[in-house]
Amino acid sequence: MELRNYVTTPDLVTAVQAAVALERPLLVKGEPGTGKTVLAEEVAASLGKPLFRWHVKSTTKAQHGLYEYDAVARLRDSQLGDPRVSDVRNYIVKGRVWEAFEAPEGAVLLIDEIDKADIEFPNDLLQELDRMEFFVHETREWVRAKRRPLVFITSNNEKELPDAFLRRCFFHFIRFPDRETMARIVAVHFPGLQEALLREALSLFYGLRDVPGLRKKPSTSELLDWVKLLVHEGVPAETLARADAQAPLLGALLKNEQDTATVRHAGLRRSRRA
Amino acid sequence: MFDRFFLSLRDAKVPVSLREYLTLLEAVERGCADFDVERFYELARTTLVKDERHYDRFDRVFAAHFGNLGEGAGLDPSGVPAGWLEALARRVLSEEEKALVKSLGGFEKLMEELRKRLLEQKDVHRGGSKWIGTGGTSPFGAMGYHPEGVRIGPVSAGNRTAVKVWDRREFRDYDDDAEVGVRTFQMALRRLRRFTREGRPDVFDVDGTIDATARNAGLLDAQFVPERRNRPKVLLLLDVGGSMDDHVETVTQLFSAARAEFTRLVPFQFHNCVYETLWRTSGPRESRTAATAEVLRTYGKDHGLVVVGDAAMSPYELDAPGGAIHHWNDETGAAWLERLVAHYPRAAWINPMPEARWRAFETVGRVKGIFGNRMFPLTVGGIEQAMRRLARATPAPPPRAA
Repeated sequence: MELRNYVTTPDLVTAVQAAVALERPLLVKGEPGTGKTVLAEEVAASLGKPLFRWHVKSTTKAQHGLYEYDAVARLRDSQLGDPRVSDVRNYIVKGRVWEAFEAPEGAVLLIDEIDKADIEFPNDLLQELDRMEFFVHETREWVRAKRRPLVFITSNNEKELPDAFLRRCFFHFIRFPDRETMARIVAVHFPGLQEALLREALSLFYGLRDVPGLRKKPSTSELLDWVKLLVHEGVPAETLARADAQAPLLGALLKNEQDTATVRHAGLRRSRRA
Repeated sequence: MFDRFFLSLRDAKVPVSLREYLTLLEAVERGCADFDVERFYELARTTLVKDERHYDRFDRVFAAHFGNLGEGAGLDPSGVPAGWLEALARRVLSEEEKALVKSLGGFEKLMEELRKRLLEQKDVHRGGSKWIGTGGTSPFGAMGYHPEGVRIGPVSAGNRTAVKVWDRREFRDYDDDAEVGVRTFQMALRRLRRFTREGRPDVFDVDGTIDATARNAGLLDAQFVPERRNRPKVLLLLDVGGSMDDHVETVTQLFSAARAEFTRLVPFQFHNCVYETLWRTSGPRESRTAATAEVLRTYGKDHGLVVVGDAAMSPYELDAPGGAIHHWNDETGAAWLERLVAHYPRAAWINPMPEARWRAFETVGRVKGIFGNRMFPLTVGGIEQAMRRLARATPAPPPRAA
């Protein structure tokens, strides 16, 4: 599998290939900003299949992903004497899972940030993800997947997921990329970036992550934003090399004032390890 | 095919089930492992392990079972910097063990000996009294190479290729028992979620409205309730006594995680043991002290009590009036601790000292007893247990006969 805009590690490739071969969901965990969501997008693009993204919030119920029955619209239509009211199918609104099941060529379904939802949420989806089918009570019909979609599930570890759910998934933990991998990641996003600038930016970035007592360590996505700013502002590598705690555009990396104060106090270090 | 491996994983407390094992066999059958040991390692990990906290245990079991596959893996013993081990040992060792090290000729001699043995040793070793490995009684065991701590990879003299991926133990930091940063603590503290309705009633109450309307003979009587919010109340007592210096960093991390997680956190400080006076953590210097009795009156039973301290002190500080190091106390420390436990049905003591060393101090056991065994190590797993115990009230243990 070729992912054009995504740098993978061999263990991640194995995990994705296993999920594709055995048609089981792949649960991806990792620090925020390590590219869990982007992975699903890139895999979908490389397989040439449509991506259905279901973003989970604290109020999301499993049912929302399957379908919803719009009773209020039906009530209103019945008051207005709309002929559509006689068929309940007109008021069944399909969710992301249903849409993914219907895709004729198969699809990639991303259940993003599953840990944000209620603790029972994953359990409510066991059958649907295992058998790839569910029952619509209003119309008394079964919905079955035409082709089993490839399911990606991401989690930020805010809640523990139930064992029964975990048993049905493959699991991969994305570690924070080491320097070499990170250089490749930046290169994928900014081809033709000056090597000196990249080197300085990375040594500042990893030095910053090493500052003890940071409340929020900058992550990959923040590094990419920062490099984008550096390129946009045309900051030369020499300026970065000489920069102190007031380094240009550090605001893209540090997201609260305590951290800014901590860094100012500790001084900006550079991590020169290769 | 890999039954023994599967069983060892279960023995090592990696929660794997038969279903996952069958999935692995299926995947191998379909050629996902590519007849390559590294691919097999990755495949087995993605199939069998569902939590990064168990990656490290998995790595160790994998190394024990399949470590000899492929060419010999090695770790250059001369690459172990002496200062690095020394700093580690200083943190891990108790006084007795330090004395033992001294009797063996000090660190430098030991390091030299270690290098010598590493060069002699050709294969993985467990148990025994000379070789370096796991669970042995060689002097290096005393230096703190406990099975979960620093392990020295298998050595293959003359053929030092790169260390195999499972021998790198990159996931050690993710293990349950590891002490980790603010965010991980915050996750553990979340166990203490306590939803209460307080403040402005602005959420429509369906049940209440139906009830009130029925009582009102069918005339609509809309009812509102305040929104449910996560509001656990916590009284936090922090030991800032001298012996706590070693633990400043983890305690600070715990404190900042707790401050972010609990909107109603009341912190106080004490020295070694709680007596009649507590100290506020902020505010003008002259008004920093607070009478403990006053604190107990102000923050009632609805608060959970969390004490963070190593409980390592002289027995006099616990037992004798006047035993405190800084001032004269009329009542014993034990009496004050019992009063605290009696006042707060939900209480826990969190000890930053590694659990293995608790037995070395008599007072740790005593304090643990006073707290009805609710003493937990300052690790992510420990905090989780503590929060679980805090979530339910436990009646105070009966006061012991003095």
